[in-house]
Amino acid sequence: MGFSDADLAALWLTFRIASITTILLLIIGTPIALWLARTNSRWKGPIGAIVALPLVLPPTVLGFYLLIAMGPNGPIGQITTALGLGTLTFTFWGLVIASVLYSMPFVVQPIQNAIEALGERPLEVAATLRAGPWDSFFTVTLPLARPGFITAAILGFAHTVGEFGVVLMVGGNIPGVTRVISVQIYDHVETMAYSQAHWLSGTMVIFSFVVLTIVYTFNRDRKKSGAGYGL
Amino acid sequence: MLSAIHHAQAAEINIAAASNFAGPIKMIIADFERKTGHRANLTLGASGRFYAQINHGAPFQVFLSADRLKPAALEASGMGLSRFTYAIGRLALWSANDTLIQGNSKILEKGAFRKIALASPKLAPYGKAAIDVLCALGLKEILSPKFVRGENIAQTYQFVATGNADLGFVSLSQITEKGKLRAGSVWMIPQELHSPIQQDAILLKSAMNNQAAIAFMHYLKSGSARDIIRDFGYLLPTEEE
Repeated sequence: MGFSDADLAALWLTFRIASITTILLLIIGTPIALWLARTNSRWKGPIGAIVALPLVLPPTVLGFYLLIAMGPNGPIGQITTALGLGTLTFTFWGLVIASVLYSMPFVVQPIQNAIEALGERPLEVAATLRAGPWDSFFTVTLPLARPGFITAAILGFAHTVGEFGVVLMVGGNIPGVTRVISVQIYDHVETMAYSQAHWLSGTMVIFSFVVLTIVYTFNRDRKKSGAGYGL
Repeated sequence: MLSAIHHAQAAEINIAAASNFAGPIKMIIADFERKTGHRANLTLGASGRFYAQINHGAPFQVFLSADRLKPAALEASGMGLSRFTYAIGRLALWSANDTLIQGNSKILEKGAFRKIALASPKLAPYGKAAIDVLCALGLKEILSPKFVRGENIAQTYQFVATGNADLGFVSLSQITEKGKLRAGSVWMIPQELHSPIQQDAILLKSAMNNQAAIAFMHYLKSGSARDIIRDFGYLLPTEEE
């Protein structure tokens, strides 16, 4: 037995979606996390809540709204159609956008926690040395909060790999485009191709275990050195 | 309180029904409950999923499949008590757009659309029938890059209804009400173009001593149930012969 071509296509597709999602999330999530960590604004609560929503909402809620919003009559769909991109449902980039929303808290929260754990002091020191905001971000915040960024990247990637409900609702199960591992496993189980389901499912269990072991081990070592933060 | 006394004999059943039958089954259950006092819990989904679940001990007493194969296989493995054809499904090509489909297959030949939805052929008999139609028209290879697959016929309908797919193969029952098209445009697909969608019901072994389940199978064959089924665009076995 082993992996069929369709299984390999699903694995490769999932890897591509998760990688792009992770990169986008680090770019989008970092400023949000910075703001949330430093602000005293009364909007901190609501914005933090919006970021955390995917943690508590059923994926079907997100999937349902995305299906409507990205459709030809929805707000996102009308913008993308006006831009000549067509609608995003059933497309690779549609899934990437869905994944970015869905995995947002897994990236923003570790970065936010790491920056909050730093306190104000390092940046105050940097300011007295006349470091600008960009300078102090790259020379002070980023190196000191690095474990938070690494945890964020790993969790964002892993969580995107594990996505199912949203993909099922806006993906349309297209081989090589939207048929990711979780959907492929579902198809195998429903058609009672259990040995193929075992191969993919077992791979997922091992992958997830390794990822979480890395995250926890990494954070424990950090704590010992005194610069860590709790996951 | 009164109704509790009145329904002292009432029993409960769990029914699994293929999603194409969502419209009629809800009315049938309401009527059945009113007439018999029994209670029926309904679960809708893909026949393939129910088949796998029943094989693994899912607590259903009645299974209304979208095909004959699955009930027959359950019966062959000793899991069924009785079985009959409760409806013959009609496949339709449907669009939410009022002018896209001109009552024929032209739109498929022209291919002037972005996405066409069908139920997953591996899981749903209506998906398999849709593939039959495209093969009969010689269009399967050309159109397959435009396929989006619903997990079952309900999701397929939802893709088309929301406009995310321009058109799609759905069950006639999903788009008609009392024999009239509810919205959009349609091609009523001739039945010669696909293998017949005979839908069988099976009374499962777990219903052995369940009066409600046995009563339900009887009710499903009754005139009032058949009227409801026909209203949703299905054919019935005797009508066909």
